[in-house]
Amino acid sequence: MLDQWLFVGIFVSIAAVFPLLPLVMARFLAPRKPNRIKQETYECGIETVGDTWVQFKIQYYVYALVFLIFDIETVFLYPWAVSFDVLPLFAVFEGVLFILILAAGLFYAWRKGALEWS
Amino acid sequence: MTPIQLVFLFVAFATLWAAFMVVTRNNLVHAALFLVIALFGVAVLFVMLEAGFLAVIQVLVYIGAIAILMIFAVMLTRGDVDDIPDITNRYAGWVGLVAVLFFSSLVILMAQWPSFTALAKPILSSRDTIVELGTALVSPNGYVIPFEVASVMLLAALIGALVVARPRKGK
Repeated sequence: MLDQWLFVGIFVSIAAVFPLLPLVMARFLAPRKPNRIKQETYECGIETVGDTWVQFKIQYYVYALVFLIFDIETVFLYPWAVSFDVLPLFAVFEGVLFILILAAGLFYAWRKGALEWS
Repeated sequence: MTPIQLVFLFVAFATLWAAFMVVTRNNLVHAALFLVIALFGVAVLFVMLEAGFLAVIQVLVYIGAIAILMIFAVMLTRGDVDDIPDITNRYAGWVGLVAVLFFSSLVILMAQWPSFTALAKPILSSRDTIVELGTALVSPNGYVIPFEVASVMLLAALIGALVVARPRKGK
């Protein structure tokens, strides 16, 4: 059983090494002549304004909360989806009902303008 | 030593190290990022215990949602993340000593229990467990009512969160 996870492990290891490799290589290969302008934070080519550790707008929090609810929904839908091919038809519709009830929540959020950036 | 044991030791030490970093960082954002490593280590331990479903949930919910929510909360509430007073307690040494004593006495006490070293019975392969779980969740003889109630509860949580987080009118 663990053999199946071996591939996931290899995948995760490659995913971890892949972005680190250029950084490590640059550290050893790239010539370094720092000056004040080079050391500045890069932000789309424009000079950064103010401190980077600023307080974020509270509107992001609503998105995070809505995302959290739908993430928890996945916990219930994941076993349902895996056993999809052995389930009778009415059991499939129970899952659909589950999604529809939560879709009502999404509809509510949409109508209340929570998904709009004001 | 088998490769599995080596992987276990590496993951266990990485998890403990990350957990230690979480409680010693002054910068809360860094602490939250180390928490992600610790949670991921726990997910790998779940995999090694052949609890595939729990591992998936650990990554999906704890890393994907809870850790992100914590980082959001830190970035939203603190005006200046760097401006944090020293978090070390002057009784830290004594607390550490008591914690070590408590933990070791617990382990010694639990080691007296006869089935402490017993191995768990082999269970179904991970996919079969998830299929069983999925079937039980939606079967009328199983947990279909709690399943649908969970949906309604999530709906209530969603609406409640929106009502609380929405800006009041006229402010």
